[in-house]
Amino acid sequence: MIDAHGRPQSVLVLGGGSEIGLAALRVFGPTTLRRIVLAGRPGASLDSAVQSLTSQGFSGVVAADLDVADVPTHEAFVDAAFDAGDIDVVLLVAGVLGDQAEFEADPDAAVAAAQVNYVGSMSLALHVARRLTQQAHGVIVVVSSVAGERARRSNFVYGSTKAAIDSVGLGLVEVLRGTGARALVVRPGFVRTRMTSHLPEAPLAVDPDEVGRAIVDGIAGGKELVYAPPLMRPVMSVLRHLPRPVFRRLGI
Amino acid sequence: MPDTVLSGWGRTAPSRADVVAVRSTDDVVAALTSAGQRGVLARGLGRSYGDAAQNAGGTVLDLSSLGTIDVGSDGVVRAGAGAVLADVIDALEPHGLFVPVSPGTSRVTLGGAVAADVHGKNHHRDGSFGDHVVELEVITPDGAVQRIGPSSSGEDLAHFRATVGGMGLTGVVTEVVLRAMPVPSQAVLVDTCQLGSLDAVMERMSSTDDGYRYSVAWIDATAPGAALGRGVVTQGDHAPAGPSGGVAAPPRIALPIAPPVGLVNRWTVRAFNEAWFRKAPASRDAELQTVRQFFHPLDGVGAWNRAYGPRGLVQHQCAVPDSESAVIARLLEHFRDSGAPSFLSVLKRFGPGNDCPLSFPRAGWTLAVDLPGATPGLARILDRADELVLEAGGRTYLAKDARVSPEALRAMYPRLDEWLEVRERVDPRRVLVSDLSRRLSL
Ligand SMILES: Cc1cc2nc3c(=O)[nH]c(=O)nc-3n(C[C@H](O)[C@H](O)[C@H](O)COP(=O)(O)OP(=O)(O)OC[C@H]3O[C@@H](n4cnc5c(N)ncnc54)[C@H](O)[C@@H]3O)c2cc1C
Ligand SMILES: NC(=O)c1ccc[n+]([C@@H]2O[C@H](COP(=O)([O-])OP(=O)(O)OC[C@H]3O[C@@H](n4cnc5c(N)ncnc54)[C@H](OP(=O)(O)O)[C@@H]3O)[C@@H](O)[C@H]2O)c1
Repeated sequence: MIDAHGRPQSVLVLGGGSEIGLAALRVFGPTTLRRIVLAGRPGASLDSAVQSLTSQGFSGVVAADLDVADVPTHEAFVDAAFDAGDIDVVLLVAGVLGDQAEFEADPDAAVAAAQVNYVGSMSLALHVARRLTQQAHGVIVVVSSVAGERARRSNFVYGSTKAAIDSVGLGLVEVLRGTGARALVVRPGFVRTRMTSHLPEAPLAVDPDEVGRAIVDGIAGGKELVYAPPLMRPVMSVLRHLPRPVFRRLGI
Repeated sequence: MPDTVLSGWGRTAPSRADVVAVRSTDDVVAALTSAGQRGVLARGLGRSYGDAAQNAGGTVLDLSSLGTIDVGSDGVVRAGAGAVLADVIDALEPHGLFVPVSPGTSRVTLGGAVAADVHGKNHHRDGSFGDHVVELEVITPDGAVQRIGPSSSGEDLAHFRATVGGMGLTGVVTEVVLRAMPVPSQAVLVDTCQLGSLDAVMERMSSTDDGYRYSVAWIDATAPGAALGRGVVTQGDHAPAGPSGGVAAPPRIALPIAPPVGLVNRWTVRAFNEAWFRKAPASRDAELQTVRQFFHPLDGVGAWNRAYGPRGLVQHQCAVPDSESAVIARLLEHFRDSGAPSFLSVLKRFGPGNDCPLSFPRAGWTLAVDLPGATPGLARILDRADELVLEAGGRTYLAKDARVSPEALRAMYPRLDEWLEVRERVDPRRVLVSDLSRRLSL
């Protein structure tokens, strides 16, 4: 159960190797956590996530096989995770950034990215919402991106997938109202993780811990939508409303 | 059946349940024997602060229809578990009787009073609620209707003791038979005394409590320096004769909806405590107060918990043995110095505890502080407070709790296994569940 301070006892991470997901767990800290399921494709990144949490004093950390792109497996996966015990917090953090030039050259690659960032993520989110409704408590955190708020020339494919999953997240905020469970949408700006390590840093860049903090505080505060850093909210509000010719000249 | 989002008085960790109004013992039997996967729980008026009276995704029984109150000529009351204490007080008055134990609000049910084994300002003299129960009617998950009490023996006696303070997890209480207390009048003659330091407050209570049936201290947990813990001690007993002290009258001021931002913050709390201390008389003897003035002053302010805003309030109440009374000062310093402003802080001496394994009171001191849920770092502040309480061999109160860990609970309640044995026997399939029992793996 989530306690009076918003601290969960069990967490399911969809995209278990995610640096942002791990950061959120670090911010929660091991005090109340007793079951952590890191779900992802088997491999080095998942293994090292399990190891790093265990060495930080977390207990009950397990890895579970999940391919977000493989939609037909989702129902059984989510049911098995919830059947094994209540889940207080689900972090939906799986995602791929991809490369815009490659997407334009190879539309199949763009579709594959959408299959992870949108289609598969939506499928998982809907299954999770179904189980959270039955459970009547708990939170699903959907990590989208400011990239989804206004499509940019330089990464509109990724942006479109994030816009789509953002809409799903906000939809679940409504779906879960009054069910005892709830949804939280998190829109990070540029986060310094391996996903972006090959890119020049954008303004207002943050470390994953700051996003982790935003997730944890958002859960404790009963928020529905948060930005990381918070300053991204007014910035995006301005960017969203810039006339196209002006926006174009920014060259982003 | 209506799905309802339920929370405790602190409004911190809501969840949804299917609330079923039961009209008879048979309804309770039916609800228990046809329970779904997420179980069944009885709820009273939801005056416990945390998650004790919630059952996420399961069934919650509303027993308010089981509210009949019969006062016998022998001073023994037989009442439905859904009866509200305020109504019991009213029913007793014409008989020259009063409830043997009253918590700080009259808006609790008898079922809730038993399940939390509530205490009042007379604990040092009269013990807790369960000490005055003659018999309970309890329905176990197998549908059996049991009548158990302190004069039962063997497993029934163990079951009775596990039910008093058992937070609804050893059966649904449907009827409570209670020995009422004869009183010369409902009104209370109160001596009030304002004292400038925690030491003075504790000294006054230690040396004079025995002379009074009722005693409690309001203390200022926000005062700077050595004034921390200064307070106002009120002590009293029923007056020989006086005006009727009925509870009645609906709340005068109510906060109908939750204000978006808590009205309770560090500054308002400090100002309130300063004003409250100053308004108290340095010393005043034999003031006549009504039941409501003396026992339930907060009942005059409806839904005051909403003033804490959307993050709600967390009450921390601990009990520590007499030999560790110094920890009270350490706790107050800890709260003040870590920026946790307690709006209302109450200190009281407990008399000896009873034989019920999860009953909270034990001989020594009890301190309750009300903290805004929005206090930065509150989780860690209270984790530290729990450490201090544990080091002092103390415990915190489940009726106020929505945060303690299963491990801390075990350390605080050394007789937990004895209680779990009864739970295992009467509810092996864990039909009776609450958000609290899930959190604490009970
Ligand atoms: C302003 C205020 C002041 C208070 N002061 C005091 C005080 O001075 N001393 C003190 O001890 N407490 C105090 N309390 C706490 C309160 O007395 C207890 O939490 C009490 O249990 C609340 O009763 P309720 O009917 O609202 O029960 P709920 O809060 O609805 O339920 C509490 C527990 O009782 C169980 N329960 C309820 N009915 C039944 C039943 N029929 N059968 C089995 N289990 C049942 C529930 O499952 C739950 O575990 C105070 C609370 C408030 C809000
Ligand atoms: N970093 C940023 O700047 C930034 C900004 C805004 C939003 N976000 C979003 O934040 C989330 C987390 O990103 P991050 O920065 O933590 O990056 P990350 O460390 O790369 O995490 C992404 C995770 O998704 C997993 N994943 C990818 N495809 C998968 C699939 N088909 N099945 C299962 N898992 C899959 C990856 O698994 P592998 O470990 O196996 O690759 C990886 O663990 C993503 O949704 C991202 O879009 C990031």
